[in-house]
Amino acid sequence: MNESMDFLIWTKGTAFDIAVTIFVIGVILRLFEIISLGRKQSLAEAKGTEFGPGMKTIFSRSVPDLGTFRRQPLTVVTGYMFHIGLFVSLFLFVPHIELFRATFGFGWPGLPTPVVDAAAVLAIVGLLAGLWHRIMNPVMQKITTWEDWLVWALTFLPIITGYLAYHRMVNPYPVILGLHILSVEALMIAFPFTKLMHTFTVFLSRWYNGAMSGRRGVES
Amino acid sequence: MAEKSTLGDSLRRHGVSRRGFLKFCTATASLMALPPTMVPAIAAALEKAKRPSVIWLSFQECTGCTESLTRSHSPSVESLIFDHISLDYHHTLQAAAGEAAEAAREAAMHENKGKYILVVDGSIPLGDPGYSTIAGISNLQMLEETAKDAAAIVAVGTCAAFGGLPQANPNPTGAVSVSDIITDKPIINVSGCPPIPTVITGVLAHFLTFGSIPELDQYNRPKVFYGQSIHDRCYRRPFYDKGLFAETFDDEGAKAGWCLYKLGCKGPMTYNACATTKWNQGTSWPVESGHGCLGCSEPRFWDAGGFYNALSVPISDNSQTVAFAAAAGLALGAAAAGLNYKKKDEARKAHGTVTIDDLEKSS
Amino acid sequence: MSVFDQTDSESIPSPEMPYMTHMTHNTLPLLNEVRHALKRLVRTGESTIIDLRAIPFGPGDEEHLLDLLGQGEVMATLDALGKTTVKESRFSGVWIVDHYNSEAERIAFQIEVIEIPELLRAQADDMYESLEKLDTVLDVEMHRPE
Repeated sequence: MNESMDFLIWTKGTAFDIAVTIFVIGVILRLFEIISLGRKQSLAEAKGTEFGPGMKTIFSRSVPDLGTFRRQPLTVVTGYMFHIGLFVSLFLFVPHIELFRATFGFGWPGLPTPVVDAAAVLAIVGLLAGLWHRIMNPVMQKITTWEDWLVWALTFLPIITGYLAYHRMVNPYPVILGLHILSVEALMIAFPFTKLMHTFTVFLSRWYNGAMSGRRGVES
Repeated sequence: MAEKSTLGDSLRRHGVSRRGFLKFCTATASLMALPPTMVPAIAAALEKAKRPSVIWLSFQECTGCTESLTRSHSPSVESLIFDHISLDYHHTLQAAAGEAAEAAREAAMHENKGKYILVVDGSIPLGDPGYSTIAGISNLQMLEETAKDAAAIVAVGTCAAFGGLPQANPNPTGAVSVSDIITDKPIINVSGCPPIPTVITGVLAHFLTFGSIPELDQYNRPKVFYGQSIHDRCYRRPFYDKGLFAETFDDEGAKAGWCLYKLGCKGPMTYNACATTKWNQGTSWPVESGHGCLGCSEPRFWDAGGFYNALSVPISDNSQTVAFAAAAGLALGAAAAGLNYKKKDEARKAHGTVTIDDLEKSS
Repeated sequence: MSVFDQTDSESIPSPEMPYMTHMTHNTLPLLNEVRHALKRLVRTGESTIIDLRAIPFGPGDEEHLLDLLGQGEVMATLDALGKTTVKESRFSGVWIVDHYNSEAERIAFQIEVIEIPELLRAQADDMYESLEKLDTVLDVEMHRPE
């Protein structure tokens, strides 16, 4: 009778403590290491500035390149759907914000739940379409590794279980809420050691790309 | 003691008219949370309903459940049901005490073998039988003995249903619920700390009326009362959906009656009838009076996180864990950076100058 | 469009409300349910009873609803196991039935969408009993010495 609640309490207690510890240590360790490595000093004469083009590239790379869009429209569209949907449902759902506030000490305002609900659907559809694309497209098949399947599953599970929990589609409720939390913990543990780290490094590497091109005096 | 006469006979003897009976059935349907279309079926069933014997056992409990129940049958229509139930043993309410009381229990068990309803409030200590005894009989022994010939068991309150407060961490008495011990009888869990009075009587009325147990959920609770979450039936729900929350108990949001989620309301994970049935003759209920739901009708509610922490907040305080983990991450990162720097330095030292002549020699 | 659909095109004057109207989220959905029930009654003759104690009312919801339903032509009081008031709302066929016990505690509260609430009808068994009683009265009266 009490097992489902015991499970929920475990996911909210011990399991979360473990996951958040691994996540924080892992992310900071890797970021520190990457940043401390730095880049080799370029002895070539600079033909332009680094800072301006670097900052510009952080934003300009968010606009899809027309050529890429023509060749792989599905990659671009599903990528946007998923990333926007995930961002809204992860960071703008009030219960999640309360979790961030309790864990990291600060929060921000959220969005009405129907908007978050729609964003979650967007993310689910985006991920499923992305998976379909990965399976059906021969090029995608060739370049897919086991890590891609793992990362896809680790990202999909929290969203689908969260959706099921919010709409109370699984009984008893503590089971689905516990599964949701557990799936997030699995994601957090894998996060620093997989390509999921791009969440933190994406803007850093964009800046480097832009800065390198800027120094050479070419457009990035 | 149980009688052969039906409830219909008994009501007529009280001079109740057909209109009065119809009204009684309407109130009973409302009490059992059944739709008004069920009134004719209830009327027909009540005409035939026999007077059942009820034995009420209290174990590790605070008598809050009995307090709740006695509030429900101040002279009312429900009291007609209770007039009709033969409460043969209830050591808080009965006049007899000690061995006389135990004799009454044994007589009721014997005369109504296989037919009586056993109501239990309180959890059962398995750690040491001495933690809770009645007339020298341990709770475990009394439960097993009395449950053997019961038609059905009603576990009243979260202690009897799930273990409740006595079972809260670290559970010093080794408390367990009724269903942890009795596995071969129909058990109806009427959870809550205490349960809503009319929910207790509603369940007994259902058994009295139909002679069967109502439809139950995964926790063996009657679906009519525990079928929906507090959150889904809460009149403050529209504020949750709009993103309007009280941040403290006395801010403008609290005064305007906004959602209490951030103040720790456990409504989203709690299944009970408070939002509709309410308390104190339908006067109000916790959320209406400005305090979040504690989740008292759920298993382990006492250990499921702070009452004033939002439901999504982890159980342990993680801010320190995060700070230590961040420090550890920095230290490890610095160590990694040191190693990398050493490697680069060695590479730089090992670096030799290569001339065109060298390359020509080796090719 | 049928003749029945015109009922909601009539403007309902909004009464002065002293309570917090922003809390009364359940009033209008319920009024809409009443409207559907009335439409069903007119079209098919099927009656509906809504148990108001099963509705998650917020503060002010009940007052708001009763205000909107208003007071019609009929008002009846019953005395059976305590008081019961049967009140027609200003919408014909929509009744507010409020049951109390002998301690004046509310034991049921319903909206009945029906031609006449069942409770107001004389009940067959009671009529048989009354027939016997009437016979007795007549018997006594006829044999009373002048």
